Amino acid sequence: MAKVLLVDIGSTYTKVVAVDLDGPGILGTASAPTTVATNIGEGLAVALERLQRKTGVSSYLESYGSSSAAGGLKMVAIGLVPDLTAQAGKMAALGAGAKVLGTYAYELAALELEEIQALEPDIILLCGGTDGGNREVILRNAEHLAGLPGKFSVVVAGNKVVSKEASEILEARGKQIRLCENVMPQFNCLNIEPAQEAIRNLFLERIVEAKGLSDVQELIGNPLLPTPRAVLQGAELLARGTAQQAGFGDLLVVDVGGATTDVYSLATGAPAASGVILRGLPEPYAKRTVEGDLGLSYSARSTAEAIGRKELMVESNLSEEELEKSLLRLEKEPGVISSKEQEALQRCLARSAVKIATGRHAGKVEAHYTPCGLSFVQRGKDLTQIKTIIGTGGPLIYSPNPAYLLSGARRSQDAALKPEGGNLFLDRSYILASMGLLSEKYPEEAFAILKGELEWMA
Amino acid sequence: MDKSRGQITLVMGVIGADVHAIGNKILEYAFSEAGFNVVNLGVMVSQSEFVKAALETAADAILVSSLYGHGEIDCRGLRELCIEMGLGEIPLYVGGNLVIGKTSFGEVEAKFKKMGFNRVYPPGTLPEIAIGDLIGDLANG
Repeated sequence: MAKVLLVDIGSTYTKVVAVDLDGPGILGTASAPTTVATNIGEGLAVALERLQRKTGVSSYLESYGSSSAAGGLKMVAIGLVPDLTAQAGKMAALGAGAKVLGTYAYELAALELEEIQALEPDIILLCGGTDGGNREVILRNAEHLAGLPGKFSVVVAGNKVVSKEASEILEARGKQIRLCENVMPQFNCLNIEPAQEAIRNLFLERIVEAKGLSDVQELIGNPLLPTPRAVLQGAELLARGTAQQAGFGDLLVVDVGGATTDVYSLATGAPAASGVILRGLPEPYAKRTVEGDLGLSYSARSTAEAIGRKELMVESNLSEEELEKSLLRLEKEPGVISSKEQEALQRCLARSAVKIATGRHAGKVEAHYTPCGLSFVQRGKDLTQIKTIIGTGGPLIYSPNPAYLLSGARRSQDAALKPEGGNLFLDRSYILASMGLLSEKYPEEAFAILKGELEWMA
Repeated sequence: MDKSRGQITLVMGVIGADVHAIGNKILEYAFSEAGFNVVNLGVMVSQSEFVKAALETAADAILVSSLYGHGEIDCRGLRELCIEMGLGEIPLYVGGNLVIGKTSFGEVEAKFKKMGFNRVYPPGTLPEIAIGDLIGDLANG
């Protein structure tokens, strides 16, 4: 029996999954708190020991790993025009699985440079100018960044005419750089894969060590990925399928967490209706967004703000005092539900997190009244035709009513182009990231396992 | 100007809530055939989109079309926006059916030039005319 081990060093929990390739199937899963304060290897050892007790397996053919520990992959994206190269840079970073701390446009101001320094990013993605386009801004920004103290590396992904010069400016002042293709080589043409690969390589070569993960990486023996990247790969595997197995087609994944809600869409997002004019930067087929204010514990209060007090009171059937009391309890003791009121609040927060996050992720259509009649303009992706919606993340998976929570992803009097219907699935075994990892070398097995483990809900 | 034709970038589009698309396509074809690097923003383009595209691509000129007769109100402020965005000297061309009603073209041209447009074209202008003017204007710097 060929066995593979999959590891995820999360910010709170270290999770391990044992897979039998011959089945193919899951042999067992286990977890332990992540020991980032001391040595990550300790928490991993506990998790592995628990796994061994469950499965009896003590050695593996291969292992793969992902991590979001120590703040995850922290990045800052810089471009020229906010809705053009800065946006392209941000999408590249998000798709690479990074935690994008800030996005900046035009020439960096002194205040912004101070801000960037204080954010302590691991990697800065520097973009600006189409190929043959604007040269000055990316060069000036390279100068500014070169003078900034800090251990960040820089991926230069801007105007090819001056990107080498920009790199040299940075290298001359001791910055580690990677040079790659422009994220927007021609106007409105997205090209984010080269930047994502450069980010990934930098992550492996420098960031892993910086976060105390080199021992873990050595133990695992294969390159680590940022966890969200593993999730995106799992989602893409399901959507596209493999050489031998047909994929699900376009799909949406919602990952509800304690601090953030991540949404992944695998779809081109072309307008469903004819005659709709597409505006704005095209979005990638594999798109990830992160809502940092929507989460169930650390972000409970900001989630409540996003929904609105009155609405929340109506939906949860709680009075203002009960609401406040329950919110405080959720914040103080994340993951502990000790009253009916808390349960009601948790349920509403979760469903709203799904509803709002997917609404922000999906594109929008606006009706314009022109002298020639009504005209429709779409920005972003049209996800109305998506038939597969998958929920993952602890708060969703362990809730008593995940179907109700995930139904927030469907369109309901929304301006946003969310799925009109679609089947709701649950990542019951919490293996989307693991299968994303496995899919790099064993796509057929990973797909079969994932398809088998996904639970259809509604 | 030392640039070869292919290195000259033009941003073009139909401004405002105007969906006339065919003329825009013809212009794109004509200017591309003439060897320019054309960035065509299509229809229903806002002032801001013209200027941002010009900034990002370091465009050498912006060509604005307006066919539904409300061009004046859509175009007013474009030169100022260019100045604001650091593109104060960029050549601005405009053409199409710029105003409704029976105003003489001379008056229309004067009005748009006052707004900061370098060239103003009446309806029915063939692309070749504008292409010739553009080559001349860019050569003269």
